[in-house]
Amino acid sequence: MKHRLNSWLVNGSLWLFALLTAFPLVWMVSVSFMQTGEAGAYPPPLFPQSPTLTQYESLFERMEMGRYFLNSFLLATSITLLSLLLNAMAGYAFAKLPFSGKERLFKTLLAALVIPAQVAMLPLFLMMKYLGLVNTYLGVMIPGMASIFGIFLVRQYALSVPNELIEAARIDGAGEFRTFWSVIIPLLRPILVTLALFTFMGTWNDFMWPLILMTDAQNYTLPVALAALSREHVQDNEMMMAGAVMTVLPVLIVFLVLQKQYIKGIMMGGVKG
Amino acid sequence: MNTPALPIGTVRAAWFFVAPALLLIVVFFFVPVLAAFCLSFTDFDIYALANPDHLRVVGLKNYQELLASDDFWKAIGNTFYFVLVGGPLSVGISLGTALLLQSKVVRFKSFFRTVFFAPVVTTIVAVAVVWRYLYHTKYGFLNYILHFLGINPVDWLGDPAWAMPAIILMAVWKGFGYNMVIFIAGLQNIPDELYESARIDGAGAWQQFWHVTLPMLAPTFLFVGLMTMIGYFQLFAEPYVMTLGGPLQSTVSIVYLMYEQGFKWWNLGYAAAVAFVLFAIMLVATLIQFRLQKTDAS
Repeated sequence: MKHRLNSWLVNGSLWLFALLTAFPLVWMVSVSFMQTGEAGAYPPPLFPQSPTLTQYESLFERMEMGRYFLNSFLLATSITLLSLLLNAMAGYAFAKLPFSGKERLFKTLLAALVIPAQVAMLPLFLMMKYLGLVNTYLGVMIPGMASIFGIFLVRQYALSVPNELIEAARIDGAGEFRTFWSVIIPLLRPILVTLALFTFMGTWNDFMWPLILMTDAQNYTLPVALAALSREHVQDNEMMMAGAVMTVLPVLIVFLVLQKQYIKGIMMGGVKG
Repeated sequence: MNTPALPIGTVRAAWFFVAPALLLIVVFFFVPVLAAFCLSFTDFDIYALANPDHLRVVGLKNYQELLASDDFWKAIGNTFYFVLVGGPLSVGISLGTALLLQSKVVRFKSFFRTVFFAPVVTTIVAVAVVWRYLYHTKYGFLNYILHFLGINPVDWLGDPAWAMPAIILMAVWKGFGYNMVIFIAGLQNIPDELYESARIDGAGAWQQFWHVTLPMLAPTFLFVGLMTMIGYFQLFAEPYVMTLGGPLQSTVSIVYLMYEQGFKWWNLGYAAAVAFVLFAIMLVATLIQFRLQKTDAS
């Protein structure tokens, strides 16, 4: 009897809590299918009376949402691919290759993790200005192309690669880069998938740096565009919800498909989502 | 070590592998951090932006002005409010849900885990837009529910007393799933034998929690506490989207102040000083957490 009650309480509170957690996202989707003005009523409607795609259409037709979507997608993809390569190379070298001052260098990098990124942002902006990279994709990409955390994650994983494998490849006459490419990379695959996920989502969701660097509306990423639109269209709840759906949905889908790798990665090293 | 001298080729390869990432990090992170430090002792402003000849070194003037400014202390107060209330609240809910999910009677565990984690991956700007609407005084769902409980509508984002609690609630909602996952990992690492011997000693559920679970989670707590604190100190997007720092500056955070000073008014020297104060505060807070953890352990 006591056991039944306990089970009821635990499961019941979890269901209630899950409902509360999911509600804002579910409601966002629901309102995004409403007619203009429908959500500005009391009591607030839960479901659209006659679901419509009007909001999405006007986002694409009048608000250039397709362009922002493409900006975000191209930036996140290229940063992910580039940083994956550079971080994997460095992480592998820190784990397995000999060079002088390696340990000290690695410790310095780790210590720098306590410096918040915002500290670097003001001079970084000035650097971009003098390099003529303000308002360019390259300028947004550069600070994300290598990350201390990414190097750390790869290194921890690469430490477990047996030295014999690397030596065997060398004896077979493979050069260092061949060894890295055809022996190491396949072995690092699980951690690279995780790191790719983190980087893609982190870049997609990033707000402050593209907000600072992108001065032309046509170069905005989705979050920057959405923030700007939400200031101009305070009253257009339905359209703003559609914009929020478009911004959130891609990362949410990627997460749902690959959540095992994502959560394993968090348990391994921990990173701010 | 008895190993022969390292083959030159390998060493060269090692540098070849490290160099690109290292170069980027040094040039675009270490150098800017140092530059920010120097910048904070100058009067770099919009005139210097146009023509560097206008730049002057002013010593500690930015820091002095900062410490004498009401806006700065307001931002410090708001940020600490957010960190000290939101942080523990978020960690507590994370631990609570992790413990609930650990219970043997739970069905659909992975479903719950997915639902609780989903807000973590969402874009903060997008969910801030959604919550701004949830908080709407007239049409928002929150006030609608409060109405059923017999509570008068609250002007969540328009009332200086409620704007920060509203932002905290949203931040906790968005973030608790992350720490929950880490707590679940920590809980799974506690050996069952410890609980068994505690039971044999006659410990009830509460005593088991107090004497086995909590001490065994100490390293997890340090990690979670640090990560949460560091994240919470960098509050920016929520006030930017939801309140613009208002009402009456009740949601201006340190980073928001830095952004406004640096990129709205182009007082880059002053903003750099703000950034370094934030850095110093975070450093001290990190050291305090480590120290607390040490005294706890002994």
